[in-house]
Amino acid sequence: MKRRCNALLAVLALIVPMAWADGVPVPRQALPSYAQECGSCHMAFAPAMLPAPSWQRIMNGLGRHYGTDASLDPGSAQKIGAWLQANAGTYKRVREEPPQDRMTQSNWFLRKHREVAPDVFRRASIKSAANCTACHGGADQGNFSEHAVRIPK
Amino acid sequence: MTLITHPSRHPATLIAALLGAAALGPFSAHAADTSAAAQLERWQVQAAAPGSVERGKALFTSKHGGDLSCASCHGTPPTSQGRHASTGKVIEALAPAFNPLRFTDTAKVDKWFARNCKDVLARECTALEKADVLAYLANLKP
Repeated sequence: MKRRCNALLAVLALIVPMAWADGVPVPRQALPSYAQECGSCHMAFAPAMLPAPSWQRIMNGLGRHYGTDASLDPGSAQKIGAWLQANAGTYKRVREEPPQDRMTQSNWFLRKHREVAPDVFRRASIKSAANCTACHGGADQGNFSEHAVRIPK
Repeated sequence: MTLITHPSRHPATLIAALLGAAALGPFSAHAADTSAAAQLERWQVQAAAPGSVERGKALFTSKHGGDLSCASCHGTPPTSQGRHASTGKVIEALAPAFNPLRFTDTAKVDKWFARNCKDVLARECTALEKADVLAYLANLKP
């Protein structure tokens, strides 16, 4: 059963990226200032995880960014904002603007994590649902495979 | 099925590239244009008074009306890794004797003092407060 499952996944892994290729623009070039500025307090989330209007609101409100001051100099803010707009999620699932522009409140996110009790996210070792890498060790390499999930105690 | 339906699955290339940039970041993007000693001097000149290790320690380790102190994220003393109070992301040691990259980029120093003072004190820090914090941090030795 497991072998069959793996074979199926392997086939899907070949097919699916092609099916998505036109729906999800992947930036030709990463923006180093994005990883530097946004990745110092949390994982540098992929732009495709939120739709463009959400990113725009986030960039317009960096002085009050989910409870902390994340303000940027105007030059960096403009550059990062434009890059996020150009690379934001546009395909069906991410087109929805989640409450408070929190990707963790997106329907896709809630559905994927419905088996995880809320108090699990509050563990000292995890702290918040936005801490992808706490359980998805490969999250910062784009690996969210269910098989690689390790939920810390 | 999580593997194939998670929306963040396809920007793997992007994330890998971002990671690469993050790994290089502190070394490539920040010219070492200053030092902890120079920053201490800078704030002392602006304040027209010497920084105080004791006052700096008190400012750093206490709360100032809000939920956070500097130490909430940087640790007490800030000589080893801390953790961001809400995201849990690792923050490298702040004391310069324990992390030679600290206080080597003027723009970065200014950016983080501005942000973090607002988070902790709900206002910008004065030059004297910054001198005090620098005096405290520079005084932490292995």
